[in-house]
Amino acid sequence: MTYLFEDDSHAALRASAKRFAEAHIAPHARAWEEAGLFPRELYSKLAEAGLHGASYPEAHGGGGGDLGHGLVIAEELILAGKSVGTVVGLGSHGIALPPILAAGTAAQRARFVPRVVSGELIAALAITEPGAGSDVAGLRTTARRDGEHYVVDGTKTFITSGTRADLVTVAVRTGGPGHAGVSMLVVERGTPGFTVGKKLDKMGWWASDTAELVFEGCRVPASNLIGDENLGFLLIMQNFATERIFLAGNCVAIAELAYREARAYVRSREAFGKPLAAFQVVRHKLADMASRIAAARALTGEVVTRHLRGEPVPALAAMAKNTATDMCSFVCDQAVQLFGGAGYMRESVVERLYRDARLYPIGGGTREIMNEIICKVEGY
Amino acid sequence: MKILVPLKRVADPDNANKIKIPAGGATIDTTGLEWKPNPFDEYALEAALRLTENGATPKTRGGEVIVVTFGPKECETTLRAALATGADRAIRVDAKDDELDGSIVAKALRAIVDKEKPDAVVMGKQAVDGDSNQIGQMLAQHLGWPQATFAATIEEEDGALLVGREVDGGVITLRVKLPALVTVDLRIVAPTSVYSKQTKRDFKYNDGVRFAALPAIMAAKKKPLAELKLAELVSDTALKVQYSRFEAPPSRKAGIKVKDVAELVTRLKNEAKVI
Ligand SMILES: Cc1cc2nc3c(=O)[nH]c(=O)nc-3n(C[C@H](O)[C@H](O)[C@H](O)COP(=O)(O)OP(=O)(O)OC[C@H]3O[C@@H](n4cnc5c(N)ncnc54)[C@H](O)[C@@H]3O)c2cc1C
Ligand SMILES: Cc1cc2nc3c(=O)[nH]c(=O)nc-3n(C[C@H](O)[C@H](O)[C@H](O)COP(=O)(O)OP(=O)(O)OC[C@H]3O[C@@H](n4cnc5c(N)ncnc54)[C@H](O)[C@@H]3O)c2cc1C
Repeated sequence: MTYLFEDDSHAALRASAKRFAEAHIAPHARAWEEAGLFPRELYSKLAEAGLHGASYPEAHGGGGGDLGHGLVIAEELILAGKSVGTVVGLGSHGIALPPILAAGTAAQRARFVPRVVSGELIAALAITEPGAGSDVAGLRTTARRDGEHYVVDGTKTFITSGTRADLVTVAVRTGGPGHAGVSMLVVERGTPGFTVGKKLDKMGWWASDTAELVFEGCRVPASNLIGDENLGFLLIMQNFATERIFLAGNCVAIAELAYREARAYVRSREAFGKPLAAFQVVRHKLADMASRIAAARALTGEVVTRHLRGEPVPALAAMAKNTATDMCSFVCDQAVQLFGGAGYMRESVVERLYRDARLYPIGGGTREIMNEIICKVEGY
Repeated sequence: MKILVPLKRVADPDNANKIKIPAGGATIDTTGLEWKPNPFDEYALEAALRLTENGATPKTRGGEVIVVTFGPKECETTLRAALATGADRAIRVDAKDDELDGSIVAKALRAIVDKEKPDAVVMGKQAVDGDSNQIGQMLAQHLGWPQATFAATIEEEDGALLVGREVDGGVITLRVKLPALVTVDLRIVAPTSVYSKQTKRDFKYNDGVRFAALPAIMAAKKKPLAELKLAELVSDTALKVQYSRFEAPPSRKAGIKVKDVAELVTRLKNEAKVI
């Protein structure tokens, strides 16, 4: 099934993404997942195929599309490539660049965006700290103004694409405590005082590298400040809304893949003298999986449409994320179950998807924080 | 060079399990199927694009590629995709799938060639649905043109194409004078398979069919797409090929585990009868 918002342009991108993933991701999916990294050339290959920055403005080397185009490309890359880690690693620009595009100066956009869109540079977003995750306004990494520089001190953690990032959009404290003292600063690789602390071992998303980033007296040119000083919190919150829609789309894709894998398996696997699919209880399981995927897809598609119409969607995006993450965890669990012992083995794709799925109720704002947003917007 | 490329949409083999054959087997039920371009036709389009450009500067067109398909309105998706990839204009011959067979399509293509006067027709060697492998040959006959089938390489010369065909044990190279008809095989999209006169001989293409980026997809919506009626192209629209019956392939049996090599050999010999 596709999203209701899709037209011919999405269909064409789906076809391209599928072909790309079949040729360039699927053959290596297991190896890259086990190795915990995919080759850097993949960024430029994806860009050459017009699939890396499809949702960015053409003026910056993008495809001139919108969030919906990015969403369906990611879905096809997941479905055909079967390595969620690779796709989310490739996609970290999707949370790193939007603040620059939204609030950066023309010079900053021209300097940072095209080289990421072309696949030459890798971009990451660094908000989370060891002492502040859900509580973004409690972040402690400081940036002290010193002439034409900010001096950054602090540690960021769980940063997707962190080990290889060439530019990192970092949330820093430039003012007093709370959300009113937060700013966004682009820190470039090679800036003295900026180091990758360590690569982190994870439950899922193996092919995507996740790192701790350390800033010690790191002198960043003041011209790398994105937007106004102390107004970064709003940018972070706006960025979260689209990230959550994107994560919901990831969940729909992962669940769809788990469902397809399970559907094929129960047709070919025999027990008690017939294919598993011949048991009504097995077929009903598939029917429940398909129904929940369809529901999450419908809601995710609706948020995309409303967002593109210009409606503010923080609560609906939070609802879509929770609906999609719950659905995805359920569907992947059922898929593992239908595979029996094989579903617990690393050779099966569903085993990996089950682990990948666990990230989504945590990353990009936890399930509980989504509910907090919904409560606030609903007024209770 | 002006090149005509016929395109056909085929049922997506990834969804082959959705193909239903109603009782009696008189037809195939195509409702709910997903479609994609016939891969050999995509290769033909890629070859035609390479022949009408300098590989180093593909954004500047050095010729014209016209794509044509036969079918209902939905087939325009296939044409728009081809336009997004680089074709210059498109023609859809309005027809229902059950009004067409290879003979009618070949005759209709002949009428289109008479009108458009391309220097070459470049097409897939066969469609992966019916696997008939006929239309190129029939069309060349109707046109009285030289043909080179199953091309693995094409090199443009003055007034001719040098076509390499892979055959058992070697390569046959044919020189066909233009206008000519070429049907292509899958190796035609390898990095050094096709050279226009403008493309330097040391230039290497990316392997495979090129991708359409979103701006090109959007621009394709504005490229010309003409509609023709089948009856305008062929006078005799009676089908020459009649299908008598369709049957699904026998469903694959589940595999078994053997306990040792001896059992494997016994079974290969006595049951599978392959050794
Ligand atoms: C694989 C991975 C990739 C990531 N990538 C990035 C990245 O690229 N950039 C980045 O900045 N961050 C990234 N993160 C971090 C992610 O955004 C955080 O993990 C997430 O926001 C949760 O923060 P935390 O881990 O500090 O959990 P905590 O905030 O410590 O939460 C712990 C638990 O307490 C609950 N909780 C917290 N506050 C409340 C409350 N008020 N009410 C009720 N319950 C509450 C939470 O819901 C959660 O269940 C990534 C994380 C992972 C796992
Ligand atoms: C880590 C691990 C350790 C193990 N250790 C051992 C061991 O030491 N010794 C040993 O002998 N085995 C061991 N096993 C095997 C384990 O017992 C089997 O995996 C389990 O019994 C399921 O069998 P299966 O994997 O063949 O799944 P299948 O039987 O193929 O089942 C696949 C799915 O179909 C469902 N299904 C099957 N039949 C029906 C039906 N009639 N109606 C409805 N649903 C049905 C199942 O519930 C399951 O969801 C181990 C497995 C694992 C993963």
